[in-house]
Amino acid sequence: MVYLSPVYVADMCILPRPRSPSPHLPASELRAQASCVQYRLVVRDVNTLQILQLYTCLDQIQHIEWSADSLFILCAMYKRGLVQVWSLEQPEWHCKIDEGSAGLVASCWSPDGRHILNTTEFHLRITVWSLCTKSVSYIKYPKACPQGITFTRDGRYMALAERRDCKDYVSIFVCSDWQLLRHFDTDTQDLTGIEWAPNGCVLAVWDTCLEYKILLYSLDGRLLSAYSAYEWSLGIKSVAWSPSSQFLAVGSYDGKVRILNHVTWKMITEFGHPATINNPKIVVYKEAEKSLQLGLGCLSFPPPGAGAGPLLSSESKYEIASVPVSLQTLKPVTDRANPKIGIGMLAFSPDSYFLATRNDNIPNAVWVWDIQKLRLFAVLEQLSPVRTFQWDPQQPRLAICTGGSRLYLWSPAGCMSVQVPGEGDFAVLSLCWHLSGDSMALLSKDHVCLCFLETEAAVSTACRQLGGHT
Amino acid sequence: MGDWMTVTDRGLSSESKTISQYTSEIKMSPSSLYSQQVLCSSIPLSKNVHSFFSAFCTEDNIEQSISYLDQELTTFGFPSLYEESKGKETKRELNIVAVLNCMNELLVLQRKNLLAQENVETQNLKLGSDMDHLQSCYSKLKEQLETSRREMIGLQERDRQLQCKNRNLHQLLKNEKDEVQKLQNIIASRATQYNHDMKRKEREYNKLKERLHQLVMNKKDKKIAMDILNYVGRADGKRGSWRTGKTEARNEDEMYKILLNDYEYRQKQILMENAELKKVLQQMKKEMISLLSPQKKKPRERVDDSTGTVISDVEEDAGELSRESMWDLSCETVREQLTNSIRKQWRILKSHVEKLDNQVSKVHLEGFNDEDVISRQDHEQETEKLELEIQQCKEMIKTQQQLLQRKAFEEERASWLKQQFLNMTTFDHQNSENVKLFSAFSGSSDRDNLIVHSRQPQKKPHSVSNGSPVCMSKLTKSLPASPSTSDFCQTRSCLSEHSSINVLNITPEEIKPNQVGGECTNQKWSVASRPGSQEGCYSGCSLTYTNSHVEKDDLP
Repeated sequence: MVYLSPVYVADMCILPRPRSPSPHLPASELRAQASCVQYRLVVRDVNTLQILQLYTCLDQIQHIEWSADSLFILCAMYKRGLVQVWSLEQPEWHCKIDEGSAGLVASCWSPDGRHILNTTEFHLRITVWSLCTKSVSYIKYPKACPQGITFTRDGRYMALAERRDCKDYVSIFVCSDWQLLRHFDTDTQDLTGIEWAPNGCVLAVWDTCLEYKILLYSLDGRLLSAYSAYEWSLGIKSVAWSPSSQFLAVGSYDGKVRILNHVTWKMITEFGHPATINNPKIVVYKEAEKSLQLGLGCLSFPPPGAGAGPLLSSESKYEIASVPVSLQTLKPVTDRANPKIGIGMLAFSPDSYFLATRNDNIPNAVWVWDIQKLRLFAVLEQLSPVRTFQWDPQQPRLAICTGGSRLYLWSPAGCMSVQVPGEGDFAVLSLCWHLSGDSMALLSKDHVCLCFLETEAAVSTACRQLGGHT
Repeated sequence: MGDWMTVTDRGLSSESKTISQYTSEIKMSPSSLYSQQVLCSSIPLSKNVHSFFSAFCTEDNIEQSISYLDQELTTFGFPSLYEESKGKETKRELNIVAVLNCMNELLVLQRKNLLAQENVETQNLKLGSDMDHLQSCYSKLKEQLETSRREMIGLQERDRQLQCKNRNLHQLLKNEKDEVQKLQNIIASRATQYNHDMKRKEREYNKLKERLHQLVMNKKDKKIAMDILNYVGRADGKRGSWRTGKTEARNEDEMYKILLNDYEYRQKQILMENAELKKVLQQMKKEMISLLSPQKKKPRERVDDSTGTVISDVEEDAGELSRESMWDLSCETVREQLTNSIRKQWRILKSHVEKLDNQVSKVHLEGFNDEDVISRQDHEQETEKLELEIQQCKEMIKTQQQLLQRKAFEEERASWLKQQFLNMTTFDHQNSENVKLFSAFSGSSDRDNLIVHSRQPQKKPHSVSNGSPVCMSKLTKSLPASPSTSDFCQTRSCLSEHSSINVLNITPEEIKPNQVGGECTNQKWSVASRPGSQEGCYSGCSLTYTNSHVEKDDLP
């Protein structure tokens, strides 16, 4: 059902996740997995973990990214202002981009996988390097904000937040030739993020947390609607589009998620995140740690030898709590900046049926909402604060990690926890699903472990992989 | 009766008054005092009276007494005791008849007076007690008045205090409001100040950036460069084109095409939705008509005028509908007609349902004491009883299971020991079997109740046993993302060649993927499944799949 690969050392690990399934490579063929250790980039087979390629960069790698067609890998060394690109098909091919004294703070692929966008220090400009031609484009005045650049899912257009003369602007570029298509100012105090709807026709623009304001622009720059839920208090904290482009979920500092619809752009419902759950219809899964009774080992058999591996002192499982359940809350320090309150994370399932959220002052809980019925569906309360969660790209299955040595999975049928094996604690800090949904990479600070799920194929490959290693 | 009594009393009292008047007038008489005494005294004094009378009249003074009595009686209005005198000087004769009459009358009078006196006395007593009662009432009421007055004062005081408090609270509220207003003003002013400062800082920052840009970018930085082995082809396989006005127009076109496509798609969706809704509406209408038409035939006479007219409309609408459906339904007028007719029918339906509801409630009220209806309490008791029974049964099953497991375990252990013993004397290949068995047990050492019954070539989902008494098949199903438990669970067992003995076994090809090299790990799974899910497993139940593997090298 779930198999875990042996743990290996890596600073970072990425699985190919193109924005849209590439026409050249079916999802099942995206078998390469890239990780880096210091200045080395290692490309392995996802299933067998066999090393396919090994590249050596000029300095410690700080960021790696697959091109959308999974043919190239970009390695950024921000400290040196360097980007190196490697080809999977031609190991001898190389490309090095030096930003020189301008410095480098961010580097990413364009959706076509043939251009690299480098942001210089102080956000002086964005340089667009082409791998096809000698042409270099510059975009001036990019805004330094958490989410200032976004591509449409089909890779045709890029929206970029800009700031000039103390005013916010959005520029829409055509990615094929980097031509400016639209340029308009936005009615925002201090724009914080922009995000395309998955259909690529609507751009959501939201203001700083000091002011609750979200604006919706059409691809041609027309303002479709503006929404504000309240004034005076801290506003938007997170925004997510449903994959169907039908809903826009806006999480805010008041601990609520507001769902806007795509016809009138008005709110259809709001989801509160109270600390007590009274509705008996909602299943509350509580993670419980149970220390194993050592008394079980009282069999009169002699211990089976050294190979049995260390017995774990505790195991974790989910219990279904009976309502009313009160969740552990965190008292936020309100006189500090970025208080730990409000909806900090939200994500729609790939079929748009579910929405997972986290309220930052109830950090141990993940809330799963039923979008069809617009009500709370389930709540998972973990023993430690939830670090991150990610939906399986293929089905409504949510993977959660809390920085401990376990991976948690939720699906509408139930949930479970998986212990990551290995000596010492493998602290799962983040995770990354494979596009096919049958494997994922679990990342700790400097180790990676691959996790295979479900399918028969995965089992057989896992066996094969094992054969390869022994 | 009381009225009557008082009336008679009054008459009596007035009579007695006159009598007393008379007596007072004749105080000079020596016997007047006595006569008064007689009037007042009670009947038992009659003896005294007699003696007294004898004292009043002696042999010597008969004449005087008679004359005196005559005088007295005449003054009281009695006829004279003497006979009518014929001559002036002749001595008048005592008229015995008159005397007797007079006496009789006096006696009657006396009795009457006594009666009256009695009445007056009782009256007096009554009045006295009434008086007492009234006085006590009076005092009580006075007290009450006093207390109410006090209470009133208290309430007034409280009222005053509350008003005072209210006033204070109002003041506080006003202050708070003022405060809020002030704070809002402060926030607003701060915000403007902040924005202003921000803008100033940003301008400075922009200037610096511009400067930096000039310094860094404009001098030909040789370092800023791309070093590439060879340029690669475009992802779409096309060749790059020059940016011209044409491409610009083409981009515009494409953008609008995308937008148009999106709008068209949405319109199509909306049209589809509309069509669906219209279909539903039509269906509803038809059903309504069919539902309402048989009902209207029968109770047509009973239905009051208003509904009657509405029902007649239904017939028209039914005709209209067929015509409507042929027209374009999105036409505005038709839409109006449609909604109107639906609304009408809805009203009918509503009234009908309400009527039915009334009937039902009536029936419900009537039939509330019916024997057929099981009372809620009985029902609840019954369910409680049944639940208890279920609980008991469960517990019994659990204990039995545990007993069985323990027994099986004992058996196993015995057999294992036996085998061990046998192995010591048998061939080497059997020895290897033994090792496998050993290893299997080692894996289960943290769970003593792990028992596996299965044949070697068959993968049975039953190969995992759990600590809780839960139906296995259900549990295995409940694993949300498992292809099958047998795949997952590596502890496969076999019936060893020594038959008759159940042993745990692991074959080499079942090595787990995470067990690479000599590394041996335990994987723990805890599964809680949704109680409402169709797999219908028990809530909170946990399964611990344990598995382990020992390499052959680890032979003891």
